[in-house]
Amino acid sequence: MRTFSRFNVASVTLGLAFLYAPILLLVIYSFNESKLVTVWGGWSTRWYGALLQDEAMLDAAWTTLRLALISASVATVLGTMAAVALVRFGRFKGRSLFSGMIYAPLVMPDVITGLSLLLLFVALGVARGFWTIVLAHITFSMCYVAIVIQSRLSTFDRSLEEAAQDLGCRPFKTFLVITLPIILPAVVAGWMLGFTLSLDDLVIASFTTGPGATTLPMKIYSQVRLGVTPEVNAVCTILIALVATGVVIASIVSRRRELERQRAERLAAAMP
Amino acid sequence: MAGEGDKERSGWTRWLVVAIPYAWLLIFFLVPFVIVVKISVSTPLIGQPPYTPTFDITGGIAGLFASARQLVVDNYIFLTKDALYWKSYLSSLWIAVTSTFLVLLFSYPIAYGMARAPRAWQPSLLMLIILPFWTSFLIRVYAWIGILKKEGFLNQLLMWLHIIHEPLTILNTNWAVYIGIVYSYMPFMILPLYAALERLDGTLLEAASDLGCPPTRSFWQITFPLSLPGVIAGSFLVFIPVTGEFVIPDLLGGHTTLMIGKTLWDEFFSNRDWPLASAVAVVLLILLVVPIVIFQNQEQKRLERES
Amino acid sequence: MAKTAVGPVRRKFAPWNDPAAKPFIEFRNVSKRFGDFVAVDDISLAIYEREFFALLGPSGCGKTTMMRMVAGFEEPTSGDVMLDGHNLAGVPPYRRPSNMMFQSYALFPHMSVEENVAFGLKQEGMPKDQIAVRVAEMLKMVKLEQFAQRRPHQLSGGQRQRVALARSLAKKPKVLLLDEPLGALDKKLREETQFELTDLQVDLGLTFVIVTHDQEEAMTLADRIAVMNHGKIIQVGTPAEIYEQPNSKYVADFIGNINLIEGTVVSTAGGAATLDCGAAGTRVVVDQDLAAAPGSAAWFAVRPEKIGVSLSPPADGFANTVAGKVWDIGYLGDISIYHVRLASGATLKATVTNATRLVERPITWEDNVWLTWSRDGGVVLTG
Repeated sequence: MRTFSRFNVASVTLGLAFLYAPILLLVIYSFNESKLVTVWGGWSTRWYGALLQDEAMLDAAWTTLRLALISASVATVLGTMAAVALVRFGRFKGRSLFSGMIYAPLVMPDVITGLSLLLLFVALGVARGFWTIVLAHITFSMCYVAIVIQSRLSTFDRSLEEAAQDLGCRPFKTFLVITLPIILPAVVAGWMLGFTLSLDDLVIASFTTGPGATTLPMKIYSQVRLGVTPEVNAVCTILIALVATGVVIASIVSRRRELERQRAERLAAAMP
Repeated sequence: MAGEGDKERSGWTRWLVVAIPYAWLLIFFLVPFVIVVKISVSTPLIGQPPYTPTFDITGGIAGLFASARQLVVDNYIFLTKDALYWKSYLSSLWIAVTSTFLVLLFSYPIAYGMARAPRAWQPSLLMLIILPFWTSFLIRVYAWIGILKKEGFLNQLLMWLHIIHEPLTILNTNWAVYIGIVYSYMPFMILPLYAALERLDGTLLEAASDLGCPPTRSFWQITFPLSLPGVIAGSFLVFIPVTGEFVIPDLLGGHTTLMIGKTLWDEFFSNRDWPLASAVAVVLLILLVVPIVIFQNQEQKRLERES
Repeated sequence: MAKTAVGPVRRKFAPWNDPAAKPFIEFRNVSKRFGDFVAVDDISLAIYEREFFALLGPSGCGKTTMMRMVAGFEEPTSGDVMLDGHNLAGVPPYRRPSNMMFQSYALFPHMSVEENVAFGLKQEGMPKDQIAVRVAEMLKMVKLEQFAQRRPHQLSGGQRQRVALARSLAKKPKVLLLDEPLGALDKKLREETQFELTDLQVDLGLTFVIVTHDQEEAMTLADRIAVMNHGKIIQVGTPAEIYEQPNSKYVADFIGNINLIEGTVVSTAGGAATLDCGAAGTRVVVDQDLAAAPGSAAWFAVRPEKIGVSLSPPADGFANTVAGKVWDIGYLGDISIYHVRLASGATLKATVTNATRLVERPITWEDNVWLTWSRDGGVVLTG
């Protein structure tokens, strides 16, 4: 009785409209000729030009990109290790604390995480700057990665690993040669999640940053507080476009693979 | 049974796999909280770092004890006395509870609609819902400034439709905060709800109908209760972070919007009173510990059930 | 190798009867506990080289655990598992000379058929050219040469099974362990594969141990079967021994159909056991050396196909007979199963082959019939 009633259609359409309207408005007004964000002055790409001249903004963008790449990659490695420990190592001593430390950051308000990390760096006498933000981002990203991979690992067919071991492959090599290639989509999803979280973070970066390390969200935030020009809209549009392209491509790729796989299975089932 | 046979003969690889992330989290997640507690019982100071006492190893054990004696609970007493703080906590909790409910109210029909949609459309719908989630939180909140301000799009639209004649003041009020929270946190609620609803066995509803149950009643008696795990997961994913939310009340709220995340930020960056900010953080953490622990238990159970 | 029919002895091969033969796989007082649950309870078992051995039992009886202890995925809580004279304790699965064919086949989805079959050889460090030769040999053996480059999801169920078989035999292991090998196949494919498996085993001269809950699978494939329940082995024997000479009600009931009639021992003299079966309202005489005291309780177990059904009473003096009324008939095409209700209320099942193409059978519902069986038609069980 899977009726897709008119009410259902309406809710989904309205819901999507609600989600996308603000984004669309933002994008449209980035092409606004006028300096006043909400008064339409005609189509123009002047703000994109202004962006390319804005050293500070480009600097922040570059910092943010490096930050996201590094923290996502390290977080993926640590997160995978944590996931393996949670799923495969049974009830080892200290597991509840470990599990708690993985889940808590998912819901912890940013202000608490940011403040606590800053105080740590101060207490250790560590000079704050780019690398302290990296450390902070790795810390919360690895928890998200761990959750994504934990979910995939717990439904992974153990008999594949047993078969590999039965054929003479040692456990660590089995993980690298059998398990990892098969759960790769989850690892990639985890990396992308870590990348986006880092790209997007304002509060924690603000707490843990030092002189010279300004991230794009921090720059956007300070611009918004000072007084807005559509240049902010332009930056936002570019970010949205990048993310959207990434998500759409990932979606299409995974759909294609799934369809191809289904087709192959159907063909095979028809054979003797 | 599988765990037993999985014993790694090379114990050191196994040990490392646990030890490295464990150590990382201990150092960068747990220890900082201890430090926050310690700072919260310190006194503010002009200087670097802006608090005293600082624990100095060179002073030896005696030095440590001497420093410890300087710890004070003044900050906590201050929190209870000054109305701003306990009002902020209550206000944050209230806003969090209300927003969670509002998010649930708006998200449920959407998730339900998605689950009922033709199978072929579902991956695309899912992608469309997830897309805003991947785009920057800050950007999306910023977008609402343009919509809600006096000269913003909403007022322009309403005036153009002649529904109102004077622009409404929405920005910098609690209403804007609610709108901002609902908008930003909807994907967090839709996803777990959709996952739970999508898994629902359609034949259960058919059986109910066959036994004489009209659709509205079968929704409340069958669909909703079975979707409860999704409702709970989504609610925690919204309630806990919203309690300490900063960006939305800062950009969309006004002077009358009291949220503890904003209070903490101001205390830290504007007043430079680190000990007080730490005390605020500790109390917030205590308020959230119980929900966080419940959330973690629920998720673990859910994972075990599904594997 | 000629396909021999299933009979009392599949082939002239019975090392278990040879006192000089040394066991190849041995369980010595092996127990396995998972917390409070005892999966395997003090089992001692000897399996000989080149045997096709089956561990048969319902789920939870411990058969899979026993196999996993040979493979190395579980270690015994107590006792020793020996292979070719070596104690396997502490030896990890990747260093054991046994290979396993998994129930789900466990083919590596991201590798081709060729790569799957070669996997074990690569782990050994075999040179590339030798691997290629061996893989080709294996694929030829299972008739999948032209599928070498395919991925598992591009193969049918039967083809996947053959890849799994080729992969597990590639290393020429001393023992091949098979977990419910025919379970996932449909009936027709199952019958074909049965004979292929047994032929393969004899040709290669390997020891096969299978684990199954399907008695048909065990009976058709194995040289000997161990019937298990609740972590213990109830009986070990050839399919014929298990079927015709069960040692307990459990085994009698587990394999095939059985009639169990309760009674008291009257005498055990002269190599014949006499039972007084009040429930059946008859006396039963069996040519069996029974070690039981007169007056003790016992059960007479007789298989439905060993019972004759007749409308006329037997000639006088014929023991082992009882009268009843046909209560129900199960018509299966090739046979008919008559459910006959006795005067005492008990029901016996008797199977009759439908040897002639009659639509109207001479014996039908509500008929009064006599059931007879010979003195060696059944066995007396004391437990």
